Amino acid sequence: MSNETTHALALAPEDLPGAESFFKPHRIVLIVLFGALVTAIALFMRWDWLPRYLPRLGTGILVSLAMLFSTSILGFLLAVPLGLAQVTGPWFLKAPARLFCTVVRGTPLLLQLWLLYYGLGSLFPQFPAIRQSFLWPYLREAWPYGVAALTISFAAYEGEVMRGAFAGVPKGELEAARAYGMGRWTLFRRIWLPRAVHRALPTLTGETVLQLKSTPLVATITVVDVYAVISKVRQETYLTYEPLLLLALIYMCLTGLLVLAFRYFENRIPTRGA
Amino acid sequence: MDSLVNWSLLALSAPGWGGVLLQGFLRSIEIALGGYALGLLLGIGGAFGKLYGGPVLRDLLECYTTIVRAVPELVLILLLYYAGTDLLNQLLGFAGIGPVDISGLLAGIFVIGVVQGAYSTEVLRGAIKAVPAGQIEAARAYGMSPAKVLRRITLPAMLPHAIPGLANLWLIATKDTALLAVVGFAELTLVTRQAAGATKAYFLFFCAAGALYLALTLVSNLFIGVIEWHARRGLVERR
Repeated sequence: MSNETTHALALAPEDLPGAESFFKPHRIVLIVLFGALVTAIALFMRWDWLPRYLPRLGTGILVSLAMLFSTSILGFLLAVPLGLAQVTGPWFLKAPARLFCTVVRGTPLLLQLWLLYYGLGSLFPQFPAIRQSFLWPYLREAWPYGVAALTISFAAYEGEVMRGAFAGVPKGELEAARAYGMGRWTLFRRIWLPRAVHRALPTLTGETVLQLKSTPLVATITVVDVYAVISKVRQETYLTYEPLLLLALIYMCLTGLLVLAFRYFENRIPTRGA
Repeated sequence: MDSLVNWSLLALSAPGWGGVLLQGFLRSIEIALGGYALGLLLGIGGAFGKLYGGPVLRDLLECYTTIVRAVPELVLILLLYYAGTDLLNQLLGFAGIGPVDISGLLAGIFVIGVVQGAYSTEVLRGAIKAVPAGQIEAARAYGMSPAKVLRRITLPAMLPHAIPGLANLWLIATKDTALLAVVGFAELTLVTRQAAGATKAYFLFFCAAGALYLALTLVSNLFIGVIEWHARRGLVERR
């Protein structure tokens, strides 16, 4: 997926408004109207359930964030060999890497998640070796399947980005490194990988926001993230809109904070000659 | 497990679930097509509103695209699904018509369309901005009305820039239909889960559904390649 498309799907740092942009007459009117709407929602809708669920909501948000960060980091670590194999690997590495990216990017994440959870989950208990292994207490839980599915998905999308990034490093830089007498491994470690990661960084913001937007899917396999907590609220209070509005607000805040953090880091990375 | 895979479960007629799966697949494609078309209409309107609209319209559209790009599709689908059907029934109640049962198909198309609308607004806005301003100014100088400028100059000229993004959006639309399984709409992913639950052949059915989705993606990619080649035929390759 090109950077422009990711930008169309996920909020980007340059979309955040500056402080001075709020002081325009029509914006002040809009903000007042919006404030009135929020007040009306706060006054006329039912929010008495909120204090009871606050601790659980906090835990849910932490679970969502843990899912996001663990799968993004693991996925990125997987994406590097995936991208490299597609650019420079021999055919028996290139073909599986390509196939992996195509299959994962061509099927819905929800389906992959259910395949892993229900499919593997129903397969594992049939093997006594797995039931007796030290992994079994974890394999009986839902979260390893959620982490696996989200990691695989992130790796496939970012692997495609890394493929482009590895291929896009100027040939002259690699030749210069070789002319200095660097070995293949040194060249990769000192020149190729850092330059490729640098080229891939702008897409990382978008991919991470997209990953955050994918995390609520794990609630469908009984992982208790913030989405699952809100579903629980809806079941117990018979309210439809209030919990969902709160959930949308929570995700907007999380996305906003994530984008702010990325903007901070992006500004610290020198980009001259990129 | 006597034989490793019981292929007869995929048979098209009654004891097998193949027919049900294909029906769900068809339903998924219908929603994806409808939602994508609705999204394109919203996107064209949104992109022009964002580029040429007044300050209030521009801010409202900015809110729309920001919210859709910051909130997970799953949450939006739930909100729009309940709010959309509820709102329509209340409006009909005001008009004196009793509540109607809104078909899942229409609700699904509406939901996917609103989400896709925000994405295509962004894609199309970028593409329109890539059209050299001089071309549009020249069209205006010829005395073309705004509608004619749109039809004759802006839309055809931005198309090569928009097609890669729009193609990705189509692939995303086909995959987003799977999310409707969560609101209980019987598209491919949900019927697959039902079939798998009933027969306990989880692996077989999920892999079969995955193959269907993948086939849709690959066939779409073929068409996209042809369309892209056709749209770029007048452009100088910049490499």
